[in-house]
Amino acid sequence: MYKILKAGNLAGPNYEMLVEAPRVAQRCLPGQFVIVKVGEEGERIPLTITDYDREKGTIELVYQPIGVSTSKLSQLHTGDRITDFVGPLGQPSELTRMSDEELRTHKFVFIGGGVGTAPIYPQAKWLHEHGVQSDVIIGAKTKDLVILEDRMKAVANVFITTDDGSYGRHGMVTKCLEDLIAEGHSYDYCVCIGPMIMMKFTCLTTKKYQIPTIVSMNPIMVDGTGMCGACRLMVDGEVKFACVDGPEFDGHKVDFDLAMKRQTLYRTQEGEAFLAWKEGKTHSGGCGQCGGDK
Amino acid sequence: MAEIRGLKRVPVREQDPKVRAANFEEVCLGYDEDEAVAEAERCLHCKNPKCVAGCPVSIDIPGFIAALKDRKFEEAYNVISRSSSLPAVCGRVCPQETQCEGKCIRGIKGDAVSIGKLERFVADWAKAHDKHMQCYRGRTGHKVAVIGSGPSGLTCAGDLAKQGYDVTIFEALHRAGGVLVYGIPEFRLPKDRVVAREVENVQCLGVKLETNVIIGRSVTIEDLLTKEGFDAVYIGSGAGLPMFMNIPGEQAKGVFSANEFLTRNNLMKAYRDDYDTPIACGKKVVVVGGGNVAMDAARTALRLGAEVHVVYRRSEAELPARKEEVHHAKEEGIQFDLLTNPVEILADENDNVRGIRVIHMKLGEPDASGRRRPVPVEGSEYEIACDTVIMALGTRPNPLISSTTNGLEVNRKACIVADEGGATSLPGVFAGGDAVTGAATVILAMGAGKTAAKSIDAYIRSKYGES
Repeated sequence: MYKILKAGNLAGPNYEMLVEAPRVAQRCLPGQFVIVKVGEEGERIPLTITDYDREKGTIELVYQPIGVSTSKLSQLHTGDRITDFVGPLGQPSELTRMSDEELRTHKFVFIGGGVGTAPIYPQAKWLHEHGVQSDVIIGAKTKDLVILEDRMKAVANVFITTDDGSYGRHGMVTKCLEDLIAEGHSYDYCVCIGPMIMMKFTCLTTKKYQIPTIVSMNPIMVDGTGMCGACRLMVDGEVKFACVDGPEFDGHKVDFDLAMKRQTLYRTQEGEAFLAWKEGKTHSGGCGQCGGDK
Repeated sequence: MAEIRGLKRVPVREQDPKVRAANFEEVCLGYDEDEAVAEAERCLHCKNPKCVAGCPVSIDIPGFIAALKDRKFEEAYNVISRSSSLPAVCGRVCPQETQCEGKCIRGIKGDAVSIGKLERFVADWAKAHDKHMQCYRGRTGHKVAVIGSGPSGLTCAGDLAKQGYDVTIFEALHRAGGVLVYGIPEFRLPKDRVVAREVENVQCLGVKLETNVIIGRSVTIEDLLTKEGFDAVYIGSGAGLPMFMNIPGEQAKGVFSANEFLTRNNLMKAYRDDYDTPIACGKKVVVVGGGNVAMDAARTALRLGAEVHVVYRRSEAELPARKEEVHHAKEEGIQFDLLTNPVEILADENDNVRGIRVIHMKLGEPDASGRRRPVPVEGSEYEIACDTVIMALGTRPNPLISSTTNGLEVNRKACIVADEGGATSLPGVFAGGDAVTGAATVILAMGAGKTAAKSIDAYIRSKYGES
């Protein structure tokens, strides 16, 4: 059992959680993820690490509840215990393997969309700790959904953009990136994390500017150790498992359309499960189609 | 009558095929005391028992059967326990027809003694009467780490604990048992009643179990040997990486590895309403492959309500699955499309599977495995309509450990290189089971765990100058 040292709502639909997991905290690096399971009946939920403290043995997660399992997770409080917490999983970010000299040769831009801003943070922090200042674009629908602004500002130059213009710049992250380039910023290394559709369009934009771009994929997963193949993606025409080969890949080579289709596989079941969890067994099965009355 | 009884084995009670096709309860119900004693009486007690030679862990088979005959059930359990840490599992999943029973003299004329069912009876009797395995030696104070809680790791850990070692098993998943929990379904190997009980048995010997630790990620082998004070490590991490065919359409929605399908159903219990993990099993399922895993996937899909076809490229004689599994699958209504091989998976406009295009095969010259190589019959392609395809083509070892352990030698198939005693290229590091051989059987993995336990004992004794 893994103790929750802090849990709560961060902003809008985004939640945070600080968990005691010494083995994970000892060895994790930016870009890696953990799998969390709540209760005997729970699903295994992959979540990218937001921050870690080796001395205190803690891992911080920021996530957005979207189904039954993540909603159950969000209902846990400080002091509660998580049944299973395993990691670190996946390959660390490429930039963690670079020497300080190599890091200094690059001009980094990070682009975080929505809750995808969270996994950007440890990477920007890593660069900061290695003496490299990076630019970070935080994109959100609206002002209230901007997360981690202050902490990000402590480690990088931050540009905020909102879809509705309620805070920072107005528009999508792709517009923000193009504006920054037009304003004279130049980049040769981009890391983009957020919804699949946002990563797809960011990659189209960075391709135009020939900026190599890393994306973090979050497909459906079960074990997270390479056993099941549920998370398989096509990257540069080859099958890759996000859990062991990734989760970060060359965004210009990822088949996003396929990845987006594969992500919808359990959508109906997830939706039904979520309704049943939220509303109880309201469906009487009278339609004669779904078998709910049997 | 006596003669017939001598030739035929005592039949074992099973759930009716029609009933069991719709539930996940265990298919085989096992012998009761009288049936077990009657079957035990068929044993001829050969002076040179071939059955023992056929057993990878060398159980004293005539010995335990002799005790059974005299209704000394506890003694029978103690005899088996001396050689095997997992009798309730082996009695259920071993391919006895090619091992102990395959060598039984009774089998030359008539049925071999039903050794597997007798072993299972003894293990189940011990559970019902709360009997546990016993330790032989006092604490040695030396620590051994075992990676993986599958059959190989449990056996190695159990044997070492019996020798007095301080053993910790590290398991990557949230539940112990390895392939016994994620791979083999409930209807063949009950999880709580049998697997959890065998794990508890090993824990009763003093073995510690740490779940949710991925060696290579959460901690490395080097750290175990240096920072955590282990004297030796046994790698029993299995072969968990699924293979695909690399044919067009394999990324469509509705194509699963058998590992995914079975893990969702067995480990995550997706077949139960009270568990959160979903499973997408359509109405018509094609399982590709002919091994035990293919049978398990097919029979699971059937129980989830699907019509199931097994597509296998060779003929029935070459099916690698246990005979009993094939027999049970047929009884339950699984259809076998033999000498048939997929060439393409077909998807609709939303990328959902709508069928599979297959080609007829014929058997040509024998290949390296000694089996006749299947070759396609030109122009014989046809389509099978289906909404789900499950690939059960075998598995390879996971490179997580080998890629994070400097100096650990692996071969071209990513299998860890180990000698007959289980020693690897690194001092103090031993390996066995599927991680070394590639996907094989539970009992062979147990045999390797047993051998390695002996080697580890010898290694530690010589390291500390003990005799």
